[in-house]
Amino acid sequence: MRNVLPILTIVLAILAIWYASAIALNAPWAYDKAKRANIELSATDLVRDTWSQKKPKLPVPHQVASEIWDTTGAMVLSGRGFSKRSLIYHSWVTFSATILGFALGTVLGTLLAVGIVYNRTMDLSVMPWVITSQTVPIIAIAPMIIVVLNAVGISGLLPKAMISMYLSFFPVVVGMVKGLRSPDAMQLDQMRTWNASAAQTFWRLRLPSSMPYLFASLKVGIAASLVGAIVGELPTGAVAGLGARLLAGSYYGQTVQIWSALLTAAALAALMVGVIGLIQRVTLKRMGMA
Amino acid sequence: MSDIVISAKDLGLTFQTGDGPIHALKDVNLDVRQGDFVSFIGPSGCGKTTFLRVMADLEQPTAGTITVNGTSPEEARRARAYGYVFQAAGLYPWRTIGGNIRLPLEIMGYSRDEQARRTADVLELVELGGFEKKYPWQLSGGMQQRASIARALAFDADLLLMDEPFGALDEIVRDHLNEQLLKLWDRTGKTICFVTHSIPEAVYLSTRIVVMSPRPGRIADVIESPLPRERPLDIRDSREFIEIAHRVRDGLRAGHGDD
Ligand SMILES: Nc1ncnc2c1ncn2[C@@H]1O[C@H](COP(=O)(O)OP(=O)(O)OP(=O)(O)O)[C@@H](O)[C@H]1O
Ligand SMILES: [Mg+2]
Repeated sequence: MRNVLPILTIVLAILAIWYASAIALNAPWAYDKAKRANIELSATDLVRDTWSQKKPKLPVPHQVASEIWDTTGAMVLSGRGFSKRSLIYHSWVTFSATILGFALGTVLGTLLAVGIVYNRTMDLSVMPWVITSQTVPIIAIAPMIIVVLNAVGISGLLPKAMISMYLSFFPVVVGMVKGLRSPDAMQLDQMRTWNASAAQTFWRLRLPSSMPYLFASLKVGIAASLVGAIVGELPTGAVAGLGARLLAGSYYGQTVQIWSALLTAAALAALMVGVIGLIQRVTLKRMGMA
Repeated sequence: MSDIVISAKDLGLTFQTGDGPIHALKDVNLDVRQGDFVSFIGPSGCGKTTFLRVMADLEQPTAGTITVNGTSPEEARRARAYGYVFQAAGLYPWRTIGGNIRLPLEIMGYSRDEQARRTADVLELVELGGFEKKYPWQLSGGMQQRASIARALAFDADLLLMDEPFGALDEIVRDHLNEQLLKLWDRTGKTICFVTHSIPEAVYLSTRIVVMSPRPGRIADVIESPLPRERPLDIRDSREFIEIAHRVRDGLRAGHGDD
C-alpha cells in the first residue's frame, strides 16, 4: 500500500499537466472559432471547448480513453472485437510481427554471441559490424528492407518482422556475449579437469550461467522489437497495425486516434516486458540465481 | 617404479608478465608415491597453487619434466586420472547437491544407474547422505566444501589434488573435515596432494610435508612424518607432533630469511 501513494501522486501530476497543456495548446483554435461566430468566451467555455475539440492539437486523457474504449471494449461488447476498425485487431497485427521478429532476433543474437565467444575471428570481425548496424537510423533502413523483400515476393508479416529482428538482435548479442563469458576462470578450469568437451562446457556451464544476462537483454529486445514493427508499418502505407493507425491519424489530423494508438503501443510494450520479467523471476529463482 | 604417482624433475615455471618474468617454480624435484598424503606449505606466492596446476595440466611448465601416473599431465587429465578440489566449492546454484556430484559423471559418460549409485556412495562418504535433493544455498559453507570433495571423489581417480579446500572455514569445522578427510584417505587408499597455510593442518594430515619458499618458488624441505596412519585429533598434543611442527616452522623461517 505504501508504494501506491507516490505512484498515485505522479499519475495525478501528469494528468494535471496534461489537462493544463491541452488548454494552452488548443486555446488558439477555440478563440478562432469564437471570433468567427462573434461570441465572447468565458473561462469555463474555454476549458470546455479545449477539452472537447474534434481535432485538438493535444487531446485530453478522457478523450483518448473514450476513443480507446470505443475501439476496444465497446466493439467487443457489440461482437465486432476483431473488425478492421478495432484497436485489438491492429494491436494483434503489430504484436504478431513483434513476436516473430523478437524470436528471430533472439535466435540470431544468440547464434552470433556463440560464434563470437567460441571463434576468435568472429570475435574480432563481427562485433564492429553489429555495432555499426545499430548506428544507422532504422527509419532509413526500414523502407529498403521492405522494398527489397517485396521485390523478391515477400510481403506482409515477414518484412515487418525483419525490421523488428534488426532492432532486437543487438541487445541479445551484447548480453549473451557477456553472459556466455560470465563463468569465472575457476569454473572453466574445473571443466578442463574433467576433460569436458566444448559442447559439454557450453550446455552445462556457459548457457545456464548466461541466463540473467539473457533475460535483461530480452526485456530491451522486445521493446525494441515493437518499435521495429511499428516503424515497419509506416513506409508501406500499411492498412493494418498500430503504425498504420498512427500514419492514418496523422494524414487526417486525427490526433485522438494517434494518441490512442500511441498509448495502446505503450501498454503493449509494458505488458510484454512484464511477461518477460515474470518468466525471468520464476526461471532465475528456480535456478538459484535470484 | 610403478608406485610413483607424480615425478617432477628440475621442474620450472616462469610467468612472463608486464613487470618482467616471475619465477613461480624453479628446480623443483619431488616424487609422490602411491597412497601418500603430501601437504604443500609455504608463504603466499611460493608457487603451491602453480605446482598443483602443473600436475593438473592447467599450467605448462617452462623447464624440466613432470609425469603423472608415468604419463604427461595432459594424458593424465584426458584419462581423468585426478580429482581437483578448488579453494571455493564452486557448486552450480541451478543444480542440486546430487546434480552437482553427477555433473562430472555425466560429462564422463557414466550410465544413469552408475551415476545414482556413485552419488549416493560419495554423499555417504562425506556424511551428506539425505542432502542429495537440496540446493547449494541451503547448505553451510563447510557442507558445500564437503559436497565439492564428494564431487571429486565420485569418479575413478586415484589422485586427489586439493588447493586450500578448507581455507575459508572456521577452526572447528576445519578440524572435523580434517578428521573426515583422513578417514576417507585411509579407506580409499587415494594419493592426495594438499595445499595449506596451516602448520597444524599439514602435520596432522600428511605422510610427507613439502615446505616451499618464494622468489623463486622452490622446495625448501621435505619432511617424512613418523606419525601413524591412525590419527585421533588429540595426537596434536603429542611430542612427536610438536617436533614436526617445529621443523616445519623452521623450514618456513629459513625460506623467509632473506627478507
Ligand atoms: N597466471 C599468472 N600469471 C602471472 N603470474 C602468476 C600467475 N599465476 C601465478 N603467478 C605468480 O606466480 C607466483 C606463485 O603463485 P601461486 O599462486 O602458485 O602461489 P601460492 O603459493 O599458491 O600462493 P597463495 O598461498 O597465496 O595461494 C606468484 O608470484 C604469482 O603472482
Ligand atoms: Mg594458492
